[in-house]
Amino acid sequence: MGDRVGIVAVAESTPAIAKENLMDAVYWVTKELLDKVGVEREEVGTIVTAASDVFHSGISCANSYYWEASGGFLKNASRQDADSLFAFLYACMRILSGHFETAMVVALTKGSENPENDTVTSLYADPFYHRPLGINETTAAALQMRQYMEHYGISLEQCAMVTVKNLGNALYNPYAHVRKRVTVDEVLRSQPIADPLTAMQCAPKSDGVVAVLLAREDKAKKLTDNPVWFRGYSSAMDTSTLGDRDLLNGMLSQVARRAYAMAGIVDPSTEVDVAEISEPYAFQELLWCEQLGLCPEGGGGRLLDSGITGLHGRLPVNPSGGVLATNAYVARGLYRIAEAYWQLTKRAGEHQVDKTVHTALAHSTHGFAGQSHTVVILGD
Amino acid sequence: MAKEYRTLHTTVDLPYELAFGATLTRFFDGLSEEKILGTRCPKCGRVLVPARSFCPRCFIDLDQWVEVGQMGTVETWSLVSYRYFGMAKTPPYITALIRLDGADVSLTHLVGGIDLSSLEMVRTHLSIGTRVKAVWAKEKPGSIFDIEYFVPVEADSH
Repeated sequence: MGDRVGIVAVAESTPAIAKENLMDAVYWVTKELLDKVGVEREEVGTIVTAASDVFHSGISCANSYYWEASGGFLKNASRQDADSLFAFLYACMRILSGHFETAMVVALTKGSENPENDTVTSLYADPFYHRPLGINETTAAALQMRQYMEHYGISLEQCAMVTVKNLGNALYNPYAHVRKRVTVDEVLRSQPIADPLTAMQCAPKSDGVVAVLLAREDKAKKLTDNPVWFRGYSSAMDTSTLGDRDLLNGMLSQVARRAYAMAGIVDPSTEVDVAEISEPYAFQELLWCEQLGLCPEGGGGRLLDSGITGLHGRLPVNPSGGVLATNAYVARGLYRIAEAYWQLTKRAGEHQVDKTVHTALAHSTHGFAGQSHTVVILGD
Repeated sequence: MAKEYRTLHTTVDLPYELAFGATLTRFFDGLSEEKILGTRCPKCGRVLVPARSFCPRCFIDLDQWVEVGQMGTVETWSLVSYRYFGMAKTPPYITALIRLDGADVSLTHLVGGIDLSSLEMVRTHLSIGTRVKAVWAKEKPGSIFDIEYFVPVEADSH
């Protein structure tokens, strides 16, 4: 790779957008981003937006509806569905193509306006076989959780502790949606959903708009004193048929290996300084930590127990509060990038981790039980 | 004082007509005859259930049909007790992955025929590794519910 791609600025919405029109909220975040850097809309080379419109916004091709609010109209620009980290990669590639100096990524979902999460995720299931059986993101995760706990001896308390840790971290993050001190007992006694999952082990549905400005290396250095560099990427997706898959050994291990190789990381457990991991269900943080190579296979529970992944531990995981605190569905991935940026530039404020951060990992997942995984490595 | 803004309540209700195609049609026709059909991959040797027209792993056509067993082993399960708009099944119900005898992948289906009133009751009948068998519905129009559910069988009955 010749030129590097740098993140020069990030802007995020706060939960206060709940009663606002989504087009307005997209405009405010996009405008805030450009104002931070002192760049006009006309100067931005290209724009990629991420949204999942029909189901998550009730409007077909809604990111064409929000298009003017993202600043994208009359530009050589594009839209993307599903995981916003794909939009992030798309924007990086457009810069690496040599055709653009700058690119903006905007991800948006307004969960508070939608039916329940699983009304929407049920429609991901094929209509002939899985959908009539009630398979959705939550029931698939419950099937995965029981296998994980039984196979590796992970306890319910360890799974619940992920919620306790992440909602506790969110207390210090003004962008987070659910921010509260909870106990393991409260998590386990919350509403039974799909055993072994209880309500507080499942992500909420949240409102969120995130905008990220990327620039080619020379331009990035002109726009900011401390750009954050794109160092590695990989993504992969398993088959959609649930029964064909090994739910405890999906795509994430190989995705992580490829991203680490691209970033020149040999031992992620010592070289990654902070990790933002998408955990729509609490136990998934433990399983994903294993598959990301941050601990040995089956060691996710012990990693959590050790306190290493706490806000002030040796390897903080989800200092933002993670997806359990803020689940703006399609924006999940770009939220991880935003938090990694705040941590790398020491701008996380009250939830700034208690260590020097040179390398940050951003992970995103979507589909049933981790069908799709994406890993991005960023560095200072 | 903050003004409350107005909201718009709206619904989207759209009819679709989705083609099963030849392979899924034959699979569901099989269910209406109380047969669970898979297809065997000549390259990797796996029997895939429900039947597929191609092996996703080897990426070749499949046309060797086999009937798999109506008994299998529970690989994982969940007692579903919450509700949401548009829910396909009325809770409580148990969703499970079941590895049928003679198949190399698992079938997603329901476990029933046991007391679902509490998790404790369910646990007395069901765990990972429990043997189950298909219970056929009276009406079999050729849908996934031609199998009403899978019921745990006693350890000495197979």
